[in-house]
Amino acid sequence: MTNSAPIKISAKDVAVFYGNNQALHGISMDVYQNEVIAFIGPSGCGKSTFLRCMNRMNDTIEHCRVTGSILLDNQDIHQPELDVVQLRAQVGMVFQKPNPFPKSIYENIAYGPKLHGLAARKADLDDIVESSLRRAGLWNEVKDRLDQPGTGLSGGQQQRLCIARTIAVSPEVILMDEPCSALDPIATLIIEELIDELKQNFTIVMVTHNMQQAARISDRTAFFHLGNLIELGNTNDLFTNPKLKRTEDYITGRYG
Amino acid sequence: MPNSKLGSHYSQAYDAELHQAVVCLLQMATLAQQQLTDAMAAFTTANLTLAQQVKAFDRKVNTFEVEISEHCLLILARRQPAASDLRLVLSVLKAVNDIERIGDLAKRIAKVLLKEPDSNRPQPAQLGQLTLMGTKVLQMLSRALVAFERVDVSEALTVLRADSAIDADYAGITQQCLQDMRQNAEQITTSLQIMQVAKALERVGDHARNICEHTIFLRTSRNVAHLSDTELQQVVDEG
Repeated sequence: MTNSAPIKISAKDVAVFYGNNQALHGISMDVYQNEVIAFIGPSGCGKSTFLRCMNRMNDTIEHCRVTGSILLDNQDIHQPELDVVQLRAQVGMVFQKPNPFPKSIYENIAYGPKLHGLAARKADLDDIVESSLRRAGLWNEVKDRLDQPGTGLSGGQQQRLCIARTIAVSPEVILMDEPCSALDPIATLIIEELIDELKQNFTIVMVTHNMQQAARISDRTAFFHLGNLIELGNTNDLFTNPKLKRTEDYITGRYG
Repeated sequence: MPNSKLGSHYSQAYDAELHQAVVCLLQMATLAQQQLTDAMAAFTTANLTLAQQVKAFDRKVNTFEVEISEHCLLILARRQPAASDLRLVLSVLKAVNDIERIGDLAKRIAKVLLKEPDSNRPQPAQLGQLTLMGTKVLQMLSRALVAFERVDVSEALTVLRADSAIDADYAGITQQCLQDMRQNAEQITTSLQIMQVAKALERVGDHARNICEHTIFLRTSRNVAHLSDTELQQVVDEG
């Protein structure tokens, strides 16, 4: 990871409150273009909350208040005139449990581009569906049954379908919230391989409980604890020689 | 176990496995140190029985090597250690090689005597020099092991530097032997024996030095094997 890459997302002093509860305490970090950055930390440490700040998913939660600033390509994502639907196309999201629409495989992919007016003709839409499925490594497995329901696929295939669906609207950043936690080890490896390919074209921010997964596929890793960002560093350094004892205790499975 | 880095995992079995790796390594080292002590005693007193015993006991050192390596392999496979735990397992695996080699070198010293038991005995002065070098090497080794056990990098650095004194001893003894051989052809066999023993001791010093490097790696995560003295000092100061 070269830190000379342009900054894609810049978070400054981001705090999140659920009612009177403060879930995040002033997080600042830069996410570089085309990197894979992994967030690790125990449950409730704020890593998913911070991830969800990056495309304003926390807006959908009542009593949730976000302070601080998040810039995407130097543009404040909280500015009033910003179209949140457009933001979420630019910063797509893949969730823990694969959640295909109860529609055909084709429609799962075509839905977003149609909504955003990305395809003028049926042929364009066909192209988007095919290229998205190809980039998600799913095309060969589904090309003969595009009219069948997406929910009929295996878990790993469904997750790749969801990734294809995210890619279809040409995002720049993909947020992944424990994308493999519901998958078996082989399906997990296939997704990891996919992430490695996707970073050529996208910036990927990933929350994972699987530290080995963070070690395997991320360029940088951020360790969160009790709503604070404790340590952010190159993944190689963080897993061989973390700077702080709290990080060391967490990644080696010790109580602090 | 003064190495407090081993404990306080959520898994007590994991604590025990790491502890076991270090304990076995230190047991193996104790055996190798005894082997070297005995080999030197056998050579300097021409004690063939003791030399035979050193030769036979080398198998025990080798058995330790296999057992500790397998133990570490299982830790790697089952625990996927990270950070200091990972460095500990790697350091043990490396140190085990050094200690096994020290065992081999003790055996080599014993075999120098066993090969030609009837050759002329070295002069008392020559034996004195060798014994002195042997004592220095054993001290260095013992301090290197204590520094490893305590993960004491500044002591490791001090011990590591002592290796140059051993190298100087070796150079001195070799010089003397060459001179003796030039002056007296009958001295050739004896001088060659002394040189072989001194060479083995010099190599033990190198392995003790390696163990110090593993200690520095264990604490600082830096591979210092090829650094200059100034650079070494810098690493230790930073760590």
